[in-house]
Amino acid sequence: MNIYIQGTGCVSPQETAQGGTFPENVLPWEGARLKANEPDYKQWIDVKLIRRMSRVIKMGVAAAQLSLQEAGIQKPDAIITGTAYGCLDDTGVFLSKMINQQEEMLTPTAFIQSTHNTVAGQIALMLGCHGYNNTFVHKGFSFESALLDALMILKEGRSKSILTGAMDELTNHSFNILSRFDLYKKEPVTPASLLHSQTAGTVAGEGAACFVLGTEKGANTRAKLTGVTTLYKPAGKAEIAADIAAFLAAHNCSEDEVSLLINGRNGDTSGDEWYEHMEDNALAGKPVACFKHLCGEYPTAASFGMWLGAKAIAEQQVAAAAMYRGTTPTKIKKVLIYNHYKQTHHSLILLTAC
Amino acid sequence: MHSDVWIAGGGVICGIGNNLSECLHAFKHMEPGMAHMEYLHSVHRHTFPVVEVKASNETLAEWTKMPAKISRTALLSRVAAEEAWRSTGLGDIRQYRVGFISANTVGGMDKTEEFFAEYLQDNSKGHLSQVLHHECGAITELVADAMGIRHHISTISTACSSGANALMYGARLIKNNMVDVVIAGGTDALTRFTLNGFNTLMILDQAACRPFDDTRTGLNLGEGAGYVVLVSDALAAEMPVGKTPWCRLSGYANANDAYHQTASSPDGIGNFLAMQGAMEMSGIKPEDVSYINLHGTGTQNNDVAEGSAIARLFEPHYPPVSSTKSFTGHTLGASGGIEAVFSSWAVKEGIIYPNANFSKQMKELPFAPVTQFSTGNKLQHVMSNSFGFGGNCSSLVFSKSAQS
Repeated sequence: MNIYIQGTGCVSPQETAQGGTFPENVLPWEGARLKANEPDYKQWIDVKLIRRMSRVIKMGVAAAQLSLQEAGIQKPDAIITGTAYGCLDDTGVFLSKMINQQEEMLTPTAFIQSTHNTVAGQIALMLGCHGYNNTFVHKGFSFESALLDALMILKEGRSKSILTGAMDELTNHSFNILSRFDLYKKEPVTPASLLHSQTAGTVAGEGAACFVLGTEKGANTRAKLTGVTTLYKPAGKAEIAADIAAFLAAHNCSEDEVSLLINGRNGDTSGDEWYEHMEDNALAGKPVACFKHLCGEYPTAASFGMWLGAKAIAEQQVAAAAMYRGTTPTKIKKVLIYNHYKQTHHSLILLTAC
Repeated sequence: MHSDVWIAGGGVICGIGNNLSECLHAFKHMEPGMAHMEYLHSVHRHTFPVVEVKASNETLAEWTKMPAKISRTALLSRVAAEEAWRSTGLGDIRQYRVGFISANTVGGMDKTEEFFAEYLQDNSKGHLSQVLHHECGAITELVADAMGIRHHISTISTACSSGANALMYGARLIKNNMVDVVIAGGTDALTRFTLNGFNTLMILDQAACRPFDDTRTGLNLGEGAGYVVLVSDALAAEMPVGKTPWCRLSGYANANDAYHQTASSPDGIGNFLAMQGAMEMSGIKPEDVSYINLHGTGTQNNDVAEGSAIARLFEPHYPPVSSTKSFTGHTLGASGGIEAVFSSWAVKEGIIYPNANFSKQMKELPFAPVTQFSTGNKLQHVMSNSFGFGGNCSSLVFSKSAQS
């Protein structure tokens, strides 16, 4: 059975939320923290709600609405989200007040909005969608689990369209705390220099990307989601190479057919060795595009990578700013996305033009 | 051809027992686990009873051979997951393609709370080891790593229905032949974060909770973990001598109430759709359901919504129903897993669990919960309900095998 990408939507540190083609210009950023370039939410959300909602909820709702608009669908049969951190801002607010006020005089709003399924629940509420609703919260596999669940449900044949996506927000607390783990660059980097920096660490990012997956081709459908797989703590680069070969074979895709490789390079030298090994060996000579200099690193960043891949197929071109290695392909048939999060959570996603 | 999904075993730890057999003893002798807080340090310790696992982190660490300083949520998870695996008699776990799908609601929040107390004074303070496992997924990985599971791991968080959704996703992995075995369920330790959160919603009872009773005024929070072991037809046939699957996971459905972020719709539309969908997948009619293990939190809102949905769906054949939360408290992300263990064991042994503290019939409902423990009943199909914040509603149906 073919699973089609009927619509996509993305809120990211780039100008991706206006819909349409991949943005021509890269929005500059500095420091080690990329913030989402947020759209005017009034087009989708009631003003009173906007004031109460945290950024991750608003970004998620916006990405969901963009993807539904592109798919021409008002109410999907199911909603499945992935988020590693969930609603961090509301969690931080409630936790701080609880500690500062010694557990007294607390109000419910932040607690209510702190649960990880808030975004999927809010989308269901806004759409009046009574269908299947699930939220995966497994670090660097959150998005991939949501995709896999959607694929399996669509193949069961009872659902026709599923809204699937991932969202994560960065807050002042989370950036402070993650920085203390030495995850980020100490020296100044730019979008152009990050992937060539040859030092440890990366830059922090955030965003939301949603996809309407369906069993039928829609008016704006240009790509199929052919497969997704996760690989937990591979023993080494040889194991990953074997897994990639097995993944492609399972989906009847020869290495020659892959027009473009999108990988999750983030400028951290030791993490990037995995990608380099693949670029030099298993998929030597393939054109390579990257995306974390555009969206930053976060556990569900692969969703931005898949959004880039879907755009590349739809437009049959790759934005110059995304190309990392090789010649920009002129015909884009199959796109393989390889991402890992902190070298622990590896994932592969295969998209095919249709 | 899809495989059926079998329950090859299960394990549980909660406030009424450290394993399934201790829990059964508590049900049989009508011993609910509500008590004053002993391990959770909260200013509300004398106000709200809770249902704590009666073991310190040090004791849990001893049992699990895991460090005592990690989140209690992971320690509880390991105890129940190990019991679940051992109960199958399937031997060395490394010989199978294994999935571990665990649910929880606040990850390592018990440790994050300790961290934040120092961090809020000074952003450069607080031991980073205390936030290392803050994410929900980190709890799952601590246990997967300790048990040597790596084929497929994931974590689900849909508030109070999390554990039930873990079984659904696990069942799909089996049906798609991605793994041979899935250990599926959930875990949650008590935290001040959740206790205070529920307190702001004013749905905590200061006495023992009274699910499906007209005098109910709220829930008691509990803690624990519960997992079932899901296997395919092929592995179910290979179980060692003396072991047979407890039952079959024949149906499941998840629906959204789409009414309010925390409250259920008065007619329980999400609950209705979840139960209806699960029966449809099982290929059964309402009168085929032999017993319902209710979500039954004891809040005004849940019990009337769930009860109304049952009344609408099952009228006039109301099956026996009860809420085991009247013994275990509401264990949040763990509850779907714990109650899946109770429900699948119920099919095997013909057990109908009692509903504690019931005295007054709810005026809105035409049926009342069962108040006595009984065993040896002929139970063909047992339904387990889990509903939660975000409108998330899930129902599971466990059935006797066709042969028996």
